[in-house]
Amino acid sequence: MFETNYDVVVIGAGPAGLASAIEAKKVGAQKVLLVERDSDLGGILQQCIHPGFGLHIFDQELTGPEYAYRFIEQIKPLGIDVLLNTMVLDIHSDDNRIYAVNQEKGICNIGYKSLVLAMGCRERTRGAIAIPGTRPAGIFTAGTAQRYINMQGYMVGREFVILGSGDIGMIMARRLTLEGAKVKAVVEIMPYLTGLTRNKVQCLDDFDIPLYLKHTIVDIKGRNRVEKVTVSQVDDHLNPIKGTEWDIECDTLLLSVGLIPENELSRRAQVKLSPATLGPIVNQRMETSVKNIFACGNVLHVNDLVDNVTVESRVAGNYAGLNAIGKNFLIKKVAECLPGDGIRYIVPQRIEVTDEMQDVTLYFRVKEPARNVTLEILSKGQTIARAKRQKINPGEMEKMKIKASAIDKLGHELIVRVAEVKG
Amino acid sequence: MMDVVIIGAGALGTAIARELSKYEINVLVIDKNEDVGGDASKSNSGIIHTGYDATPGTLESRLVVAANPMYDKLARELDVPFIRCGAILAAVSQEEYQLLPKLFRKAHENGVYDVEMLTAEQARKLEPNISPEVKGGIYIPRESIIDPFTLVVAYAENAAMNGTKFMLSTKVTDIKVEEGRVTKVVTDKGEIATQFVVNAAGLYTDEIATMVGLCDFKVHPRKGQFYIMDKEVPYNIEKILLPVPTKHSKGKLASPTTHGNMLIGPTAEDLEDKEDYVVTREGLKEIIESVRRLLPAVSPKDAITQYCGLRPTKTPEGYKIEASKEVKGYIGVTGVRSTGVTASAAIAGYVVDILADEGLELKLKKYFEPYRIGITKFNELSWKEKDELIKQNPLYGHVICRCETVTEGQIVEAIHRPIGPRSLDAIKRRLRAGAGRCQGGFCGPRVVEILARELNVPPETITKHRKGSEILTGPNRLGD
Repeated sequence: MFETNYDVVVIGAGPAGLASAIEAKKVGAQKVLLVERDSDLGGILQQCIHPGFGLHIFDQELTGPEYAYRFIEQIKPLGIDVLLNTMVLDIHSDDNRIYAVNQEKGICNIGYKSLVLAMGCRERTRGAIAIPGTRPAGIFTAGTAQRYINMQGYMVGREFVILGSGDIGMIMARRLTLEGAKVKAVVEIMPYLTGLTRNKVQCLDDFDIPLYLKHTIVDIKGRNRVEKVTVSQVDDHLNPIKGTEWDIECDTLLLSVGLIPENELSRRAQVKLSPATLGPIVNQRMETSVKNIFACGNVLHVNDLVDNVTVESRVAGNYAGLNAIGKNFLIKKVAECLPGDGIRYIVPQRIEVTDEMQDVTLYFRVKEPARNVTLEILSKGQTIARAKRQKINPGEMEKMKIKASAIDKLGHELIVRVAEVKG
Repeated sequence: MMDVVIIGAGALGTAIARELSKYEINVLVIDKNEDVGGDASKSNSGIIHTGYDATPGTLESRLVVAANPMYDKLARELDVPFIRCGAILAAVSQEEYQLLPKLFRKAHENGVYDVEMLTAEQARKLEPNISPEVKGGIYIPRESIIDPFTLVVAYAENAAMNGTKFMLSTKVTDIKVEEGRVTKVVTDKGEIATQFVVNAAGLYTDEIATMVGLCDFKVHPRKGQFYIMDKEVPYNIEKILLPVPTKHSKGKLASPTTHGNMLIGPTAEDLEDKEDYVVTREGLKEIIESVRRLLPAVSPKDAITQYCGLRPTKTPEGYKIEASKEVKGYIGVTGVRSTGVTASAAIAGYVVDILADEGLELKLKKYFEPYRIGITKFNELSWKEKDELIKQNPLYGHVICRCETVTEGQIVEAIHRPIGPRSLDAIKRRLRAGAGRCQGGFCGPRVVEILARELNVPPETITKHRKGSEILTGPNRLGD
């Protein structure tokens, strides 16, 4: 068995893994290893050939591969080691080792001082949402279809219906249209868009693709290949309304019905997960409940913008690097971050107050769309921070900063809430 | 010239084929599907029943009761996942509780004497997640679970290893009878001369019987819908949980599977259409509501997929396995419905006896290989064994299905076995690639590539389950 040891091991070389590995190295970790199951670096960005990445980080609109390349090109010069085509099978957090497998080395047993979980997420399936009907070919998650088309060079259908207004679904609606396919409808069960508004404008409106909010698919027909789907309006409890159904003939149904952080390995390492994010519970250093294990990116919570992933992953990489070179933090106090009115979840879930505080950015999602609101962070009955927003949307991540100077004022809890809704 | 042609490659057809492969005869199995596994055999509950609740005195009771003890040896010989997990028949109302003594006696009448009455406390101790409403129950220790896909593949592979021929994707269109004797089976791929025909066509046994003019029965499908749950639900069970049957229905059960996913269902819906593989909102709702009586924590949110199967239900009901008196050489295996996978082990021998009675000369082969070694179980190997395997063949170091940890080596191995998988579903049934949480989202594109490469065909020809279910529609514009 191949055995080796590293200061920092990063699982997954998508945007989160790349940024955290680079940061860990820059902060002084000597030996940094990226473990990636695919044959190339970049993760899912490789198949995201559309533009829209990097506006916040690079002030430029890049495609997915271009965005990934900004990081990939630093890996070699920085002396970060890479294991490609390598799947991590297990994490033994009691003795700080991972077990991975690849074709050349066989089973690799790799020790770490810090481990960064950056495995990303997977797509919710038809089975998870129990769409009734037959089980023919022609039902794909949007990301799988994107891989077939953009990576393998194949089309997966001619006439499409897309369920879910997530970003990948809308982006695929445009991509399929450009490939000469007909996208007949995007169907969304919620009364609002679940992806970014800019994607609706650029991917649906510009191509005259109809969007049906408050609708869902109640039946799939076809024995061998999808022949049609039945669309129905839903009521306020998301139940289909009898009598509102109609059929759309199509040969393919794409699903863009949510992403789920991929935490099978985290579970094996006994990392505590949040039922709200389905990812690890972390502090502001992106450290999980298990010693020496950090997490960042979509494994932690599903992000809308890769730029946010980069910022968060730099934090994780920085502290994973510091942890590996023996840096300890004396914790004076812990403040739990609790979602208040109108908030679904907050990351990080806890702030550990030390003598060396820096500003902390809280990332959170709201429960419902609203206009002209004030977002507030409260602790011990005092307002720590306030921010006005013209509109908020569950599909778009919100963030607010707590200044280092304000952190001493925190109690054992802090609450983020949507404070005022005007008009 | 064949000695025996078996129509249908489900559990019954393949079990009979394996039993016949012990003798010096020529046997051919024909099936319309592209893979073995039939229709009903690949979408059932995977339970090996004891026969405790059969109608005493029937052929079904005899064969199911006889078959259950055969599975320890059979599973070992054929390398099939099989667990003697036991079942709890749980009464959750006073009315149901009153019925237990009667069910207990019925088990005895069927010759199943190892059942035990349970108090509520004993039931809860055996299965802590059971409903607090449980009033008592019956423990049936030999109710067991098997991987039904692997069972059928194993019967077929072992039969093939011992000389049985298979013609898949072949539809029987007629059976020729001359002078009161079966002479030929006509298919869409040509005619096959044979001495005997065994009709093990499940849902289609009536249509095959009609070809020899012997159809005094009808087969209709009785649909059973199921949910498959995630492996990591907080209310997992180790034993099968059975409801007390009512006048109207045997009820819906919760069962562990050999792969660790809980199964809940089935519905029982009598239909006309033999192709009605439609999962319905109403059916799924009914399953959750019924199973919650036994297992209150069960939630549709934890499902990874749903499916349905069609039990071939004969009118009049009941097993009928016999040689025709009117047409010599024709043996019908009819009326075998939800207990078919269980009974297959016993039905095989029963049919061989009938063939012998009808004059088929059975001479034992000098050498019969009873053992079939399954596809490498990468997941079950130690780190050291995995490492050594990869050194021998690096393809085992390439994980294709991340949810169930299936490697490229295993997929290639499967494709080149005697009855190799040709579709995504056939791969899934043998290896579970695509049967996990992400339902093939990750491995699907990779399995398509491997199938195309190994079979040396264009990726566009790879199907989900049969012709017409191709995954890809052609190259994208760059590929034109």
